[in-house]
Amino acid sequence: MKILVCISHVPDTTSKINFTENNSKFDKAGVQFVINPNDEFGLTRAIWFKEKNNATIDVINVGLQDTEPTLRKALAIGADKAVRINHDPKDGFSVAKFISNYINENSYDLIIAGRESIDYNGGMVPGMISALTNINFIDKCIALNISGNSVEASREIEGGKENISSNLPLIIGGQKGLVEESDLRIPNMRGIMMARKKELVVVETSEDPSVTHSKSFEKPQPKGEVTLVSPDEIEKLIDLLHNEAKAL
Amino acid sequence: MEILIFAETDDKGNLKKDAFEIASYAFEISSEKGGSVNALCFNASNAESLSYYGVNKIINSKNEELKNFDPSNYSKCICEVFNNEKCNLILLSSSSNSKYIGGMLSVLTDASYVTNVISKPSDDEKMRVVRNTFTNKAFETVEIIKNKIILAISKNSFGLKENPVKSEFVEINFNISESRNKVKSIDRATNKVTIADADIVVSGGRGLKGPENWHLIENLAEVLGGATACSKPVSDLGWRPHSEHVGQTGKPVSSNLYIAIGISGAIQHLAGVNSSKVKVVINTDPEAPFFKAADYGIVGDAFEVVPKLIDKLKEFKAANE
Ligand SMILES: Cc1cc2nc3c(=O)[nH]c(=O)nc-3n(C[C@H](O)[C@H](O)[C@H](O)COP(=O)(O)OP(=O)(O)OC[C@H]3O[C@@H](n4cnc5c(N)ncnc54)[C@H](O)[C@@H]3O)c2cc1C
Ligand SMILES: Nc1ncnc2c1ncn2[C@@H]1O[C@H](COP(=O)(O)O)[C@@H](O)[C@H]1O
Repeated sequence: MKILVCISHVPDTTSKINFTENNSKFDKAGVQFVINPNDEFGLTRAIWFKEKNNATIDVINVGLQDTEPTLRKALAIGADKAVRINHDPKDGFSVAKFISNYINENSYDLIIAGRESIDYNGGMVPGMISALTNINFIDKCIALNISGNSVEASREIEGGKENISSNLPLIIGGQKGLVEESDLRIPNMRGIMMARKKELVVVETSEDPSVTHSKSFEKPQPKGEVTLVSPDEIEKLIDLLHNEAKAL
Repeated sequence: MEILIFAETDDKGNLKKDAFEIASYAFEISSEKGGSVNALCFNASNAESLSYYGVNKIINSKNEELKNFDPSNYSKCICEVFNNEKCNLILLSSSSNSKYIGGMLSVLTDASYVTNVISKPSDDEKMRVVRNTFTNKAFETVEIIKNKIILAISKNSFGLKENPVKSEFVEINFNISESRNKVKSIDRATNKVTIADADIVVSGGRGLKGPENWHLIENLAEVLGGATACSKPVSDLGWRPHSEHVGQTGKPVSSNLYIAIGISGAIQHLAGVNSSKVKVVINTDPEAPFFKAADYGIVGDAFEVVPKLIDKLKEFKAANE
């Protein structure tokens, strides 16, 4: 089984979000970058398939050279080969288009992306890839089992889950549940050493398939002071919520 | 601008509140920029109520094969109507199912697709919209390149506005292909308000000490007709199901009212609740960071405050019925 895991390179969840160049670009200064958490769950599930079913794992990122440490981390955790499409994507469609081209040329049985990237929160890349490659798609996937070509999976729905059967080739939008947090792996020394020897292919491109352009960013207004209510005056809280906030 | 909205139904066939919200949004765009509003729904039992929200043409497909959500068939049907009605804008809600089909649909229709939209499109030469990004830590202005557009509207960012019109009703039939993914079974807690649909969310953190105390959260949610939620450690500890965990790595909440009990307010938690309108915190520690993010707060012990709050709310409900 050949697996491709899409890796988005995102600011760590504790990062302060700031913008530069006249509020048109995300300010990377001092920011720690990590594998997008949803992708990390997917990668860990892929490694499970590697260990149990002899799968091979390629990881792919559409980005500039600064994303390579993140790809190396994926190699250190257990992926076999990394691919970087050398392009600074303007939107989710560009990412989906480049990854789809790569899939069409290299053919995979299983493609794992995340439900959403925690930076731009597009929530669109896996669905676009599925339509561009005509591959079955399960979004918000929280369980994935494969035997031969048959897939048994679950997806999160509002208020519960749906159990689905499908076939390879398949793409998923993954999230926690594929594996648990305690299953995530921290790269060890041996993994890091091996990762240095693994192949990291850079694919050049001059295309710009984007269909939307990010123009500027703005941070929310700082909030006013909290209104404190004494624990002995619960009625006052209810009154404020009803009359002032109109929330009851 | 010719608009098509995908008006989603719940599992009983009733249109969801989201459907009326995007209809309200569509009506405002069409009254500013001209054009009409079309709505597509599948097996909706109350399709006519879209007339109250300004929909000119209501297209309802009554088809057993479309009873269960199926991403590839749903997106094909929406694409077909979009082309037949010569539309240039599709509006989706931000529900799980709508987002599931959004990316696929944008490829099928060759459209620019923007999610988490919180503003109306601007009148610039090239249309622009504002969206939530960085998990509610920033807003982004996006320029749209194509002349076909799909916008997924962020929940509760626009609200409901009644605009009664005389609507045309159309029934339509589609050729449905066999589902590529087969739904085997659905596990769903019935009669429970979901976080995604709730106007009020009551959420508990590690300050509640253990799962045996969750009746406090559940009873408060019940009086308010709200959903229950929790912080990440609470679901990691197995006190509550993972599906209730809100935050940057969990569910986003954009309710009208969010009540956080025994939650410290870590940056990853707040990222998930920033887009809720009114936030209330109950915490013993006045230094808890949640007090900086909340609108109203009580410094106090949840085990004393919450039972009192439940009693007083019952009195309030009784008096206001
Ligand atoms: C990569 C990453 C991602 C994360 N993603 C998320 C996420 O998506 N969502 C999330 O929630 N967290 C997330 N976290 C965890 C986050 O950093 C915090 O650890 C977590 O939110 C704390 O949960 P808590 O407030 O329930 O617990 P605590 O921080 O332990 O806070 C408990 C609070 O309860 C109060 N308290 C104690 N007793 C009482 C009482 N009797 N009455 C009232 N109050 C009381 C205390 O004063 C304290 O403020 C993430 C962390 C990381 C590293
Ligand atoms: N630049 C990128 N390179 C590779 N994969 C990406 C990139 N951006 C997004 N993805 C994948 O698409 C998923 C959803 O991203 P998004 O649609 O941006 O929310 C992520 O979890 C990744 O798996």
